[in-house]
Amino acid sequence: MPIKLPSFRQRRDTYPSDLWTQCPACQEMLFNKQLEKALRVCSNCGHHFRLSAPVRLNLLLDPDSFVEQDPGLQSLDPLGFVDLKAYPDRVAAAQATTGLRDAAVWGLGSIGGRQVVICVMDFSFMGGSMGSVVGEKVARSAEAALDRRVPLVIVSASGGARMQEGTLSLMQLVKTVAATERLRLAGVPLISVMSDPTTGGVFASFAALGDVNLAEPNALIGFAGARVSAGTIQGELPEGFQRSEFLFNHGFVDRVVHRSDLRDELIRLVALMAPEVPDASADNGNIPAFRPLSFLSALAERVIPESGEADRG
Amino acid sequence: MVDRLIGRTGRRGSSATDLPREPESPADPTAAVWARVQLARNLHRPRTLELLALIAADFVELHGDRFFGDDPAIVAGLARIDGRRVVVVGQQKGAETDENIRRNFGMPHPEGYRKAMRVMELGERLGLPIVTFVDVPGAHPGADSEERGIAEAIARSIALMTRLRTPIVTVITGEGGSGGALAIAVGDVVLALENAVYSVISPEGCASILWRTPDQAPAAALAMRMTAADQLQLGVVDEVIPEPHNGAHTDHPATAAMVKAAVLRHLDALERRPLDELVEARYRRYRALGAFTTIDVEPAAIPERPGFTDRLRNLLGGATRAATGTGPNPARSYDEPPAREEV
Ligand SMILES: [Zn+2]
Repeated sequence: MPIKLPSFRQRRDTYPSDLWTQCPACQEMLFNKQLEKALRVCSNCGHHFRLSAPVRLNLLLDPDSFVEQDPGLQSLDPLGFVDLKAYPDRVAAAQATTGLRDAAVWGLGSIGGRQVVICVMDFSFMGGSMGSVVGEKVARSAEAALDRRVPLVIVSASGGARMQEGTLSLMQLVKTVAATERLRLAGVPLISVMSDPTTGGVFASFAALGDVNLAEPNALIGFAGARVSAGTIQGELPEGFQRSEFLFNHGFVDRVVHRSDLRDELIRLVALMAPEVPDASADNGNIPAFRPLSFLSALAERVIPESGEADRG
Repeated sequence: MVDRLIGRTGRRGSSATDLPREPESPADPTAAVWARVQLARNLHRPRTLELLALIAADFVELHGDRFFGDDPAIVAGLARIDGRRVVVVGQQKGAETDENIRRNFGMPHPEGYRKAMRVMELGERLGLPIVTFVDVPGAHPGADSEERGIAEAIARSIALMTRLRTPIVTVITGEGGSGGALAIAVGDVVLALENAVYSVISPEGCASILWRTPDQAPAAALAMRMTAADQLQLGVVDEVIPEPHNGAHTDHPATAAMVKAAVLRHLDALERRPLDELVEARYRRYRALGAFTTIDVEPAAIPERPGFTDRLRNLLGGATRAATGTGPNPARSYDEPPAREEV
């Protein structure tokens, strides 16, 4: 349900400063209240502003359906990392600014009445960077989706791996992808939604591996930093390099979806990809718990058609 | 309740924040680490082909990813080491300029990783263990790489390695550069040569972002604890293979002999394990890596609609512009391209 905004004249000198936001794409001054009603999409040029994790959850899920999991996961400082600032100070500052404990929130909810597990990243928390907490949350969300056999939706907004946790951040690429790979093999859908930006180690792990990859328009999506690409390699970068439409044109994104259509798209996709699942009470009995060892030995049998349903008990 | 997980260092019994420094380090730890980074990057260190020439009785290289082309920055093939048949995948630079250019300075394109995946899957089908040799500054960062899906290739290769039903031994022989290294470095056992380094981003890249100048690369190298000894402490690496006294580049045969002995010892142990158990243990190995604690908190309330929080953030983030006195091009707007957290 796209909301059409009335055009309005700029009245530069009559409003307090915090009521207006300038669109970085078209320089239009946008009235904050209207911008929020329009899901933070510029009414003039369609530029998608970034969303906080709570707002994103609210936009996508059925009202009052979200139950957050693991809200208390808190990063440590395994390297004793100090650059111009100490890492724990950066985390504390980000926590104070965003009200979040780290750059991802995950939980259970429903979309169009269907149960899902959802994990949402927030760029305003240290650039949405993935350290141990984000990696753990993504992995736990995938394991929960496998356990319940309900679709996993991950909304990415991240510059990549968090440098301040060194190779432990790099190892989160393996941790998250190992978990989503088990989902894939078990036939539980992963829908990856890439918002601005989805880059570096987050794009090079679970975000690129959705069964369906969606992207918001004109989001920055890429592996190497554009400055790195431009600086290291001679020659100009192609038009629209590392933007959603570029990824779409090269076959790495299924659909570029305007924010006002995103919830409806997810409702349709979830309904098409996942069978009707009994409601929340199902997870305390009806569905067998995931047993990794028996599951793995069943993998080899999955190529044989008649045993295709074997792992569903 | 607070739990503390730092890699799998429990069995080594130390907190990562009080890692012992190298005993032979000079007084300046930054200079010592930087010297080690230079050593890891030394062009005359033995890489995949040099090592194979010394440790494999036979090696048949396989070429091409069957989709696009053959990437000379990654070599892959079938080998026989000490009578044992294995699949080998590794990165390759050239010691001389011409060869180095031909191999694109050891920076793989997507087709390199897709070739690696093809050959590793072949190993799984044939029941052969996989040995990988890692030495890469990073995946190739150009437009062609992005067009052909470098991130997807890396992600898929990592995913494949987490589930391959055959033993995998990985050796970091030089520079373990971020995702470009990790794409072929997921193993049951991860070994590192003594002067190898492993990092989430190059020290130059890290310094450019966090110190705002690449000149601080040595400080970034120290802060990231990227030496083999540090990686062992973090649990990212399982064992450090000693190098000849003056470094691997000074004595290829001695280095190769030590690599060979370590790889064979681990393959022996891994091949005795049932495959289900092996793959589950590999999953658990990576599942346990990370450092966090759990604090008792109430879940945060999710606001009904965008509003106050976003406005507050915009204010704090300098995003909202006063309607008066804002130029057409604010120097730093909320939605400018992000400072990159990783390369
Ligand atoms: Zn605009």
